[in-house]
Amino acid sequence: MKNQSLIDYTLHLADNALIIGHRNSEWCGHGPILEQDIAISNIALDLIGQARNLYQYAAELKGDHATEDSLAYLRDGWDFKNLLITELPNGDWAQTILRQFFFSTYQYFLYQQLQHSKDERLAAIAAKALKEVTYHLRWSSEWVIRLGDGTDESKQRMEKAVEELYAFTGEMFLPTDYEKELATNGISVGPESLKEKWTDKVRSVFEEATLASPFKENNSAWMQSGGKEGKHTEHLGFVLAEMQFLQRAYPGAEW
Amino acid sequence: MNSTIHISEQKEQVEKQVWEILGEVTDPEVPVLTVLDLGIVREVKINGNALHGWSLEIVITPTYTGCPAMDMISMNIRFALLQEGFTNIKITQTLSPVWTTDWMSESGKKKLKVYGIAPPHYSQAVCTPDAFQQEEAIQCPRCDSFNTRLVSQFGSTACKALYQCVDCKEPFDYFKCH
Repeated sequence: MKNQSLIDYTLHLADNALIIGHRNSEWCGHGPILEQDIAISNIALDLIGQARNLYQYAAELKGDHATEDSLAYLRDGWDFKNLLITELPNGDWAQTILRQFFFSTYQYFLYQQLQHSKDERLAAIAAKALKEVTYHLRWSSEWVIRLGDGTDESKQRMEKAVEELYAFTGEMFLPTDYEKELATNGISVGPESLKEKWTDKVRSVFEEATLASPFKENNSAWMQSGGKEGKHTEHLGFVLAEMQFLQRAYPGAEW
Repeated sequence: MNSTIHISEQKEQVEKQVWEILGEVTDPEVPVLTVLDLGIVREVKINGNALHGWSLEIVITPTYTGCPAMDMISMNIRFALLQEGFTNIKITQTLSPVWTTDWMSESGKKKLKVYGIAPPHYSQAVCTPDAFQQEEAIQCPRCDSFNTRLVSQFGSTACKALYQCVDCKEPFDYFKCH
């Protein structure tokens, strides 16, 4: 019998990695300086690699001739389960950096637990990816600090990025039904359990970056959500239109 | 009884031959290293017999999750084995246990240095997410100076970081700890 929750969860993890990987790849050739262009492209490559491993697993679970490519290129917006924050436009360098920092912090603590999942395949993918995510987190933390504690302009851009993105962070810790079900079997990580570590890390990096803490005292900030259950912003459609164009126009094309 | 021993001897020979062939297959991104130098061949499984042909399974593991060279490495392994007359070849990938730069051979590390890439360190003390850590001293592969600086944690491929020697000014790749 197919485990629909496990398929959904694996797709959720894969979609996160693919969509933010795709967004980062948009910087390729446009980075502010060559070394950072290479850095963000490397991070994109790591994330798309994670997505491949996860889609391959999801395709095996799903059967029915699904492949890693059909899952990435032939599903529609409402089938995607990525966090909304991953699909938002890149904005300026500050916004891309801050998104990567928020996301890498989340992924770092997530994979740290997921590598002990009772599902051996997810555990192996997480353990492998964790080493790379460590570099992503380090790199993005350093840039948050550099820009936050940099010039007047870089600080102002960073503050604007916080305003833009903070409302999209709450979704990371809101469990869906598929996560709840798998968490009871020790397969998924209950995302609410990551919130404290995530908040601590963000707080300490923001402090070093001399950025004001975005956290409200009673956790009252209103948060966007829905991506994990297929309800997306308008931006995902534009990502898919570009990413899926070739396979839609020339089905089965190879190079 | 005798024939069983005979087959296992033949199998051993085939296995030896396969490892020798693998020792000739190089990494497309770092062509001085063979797949054995990199430590990415995890297992060679051999079935069958001389009469009906041998079937091989080669288990490899990626250095980095998104390493785009893996498909090419698989293909190169297949070609190398085909050239030596093996036709029944299966190449599979495993993620666990996770590859580490500690699996790189000593001869591989020496070859890297001669090629101009600083080989990975043994200890992996700084593989943590903390910002602005004091880096281990990386030795310049040209002039052997330890007076070098990190330019970028991300280099020309996923497995390398970009450094520059402060003494001889040479920019170089460092095969970063993993």
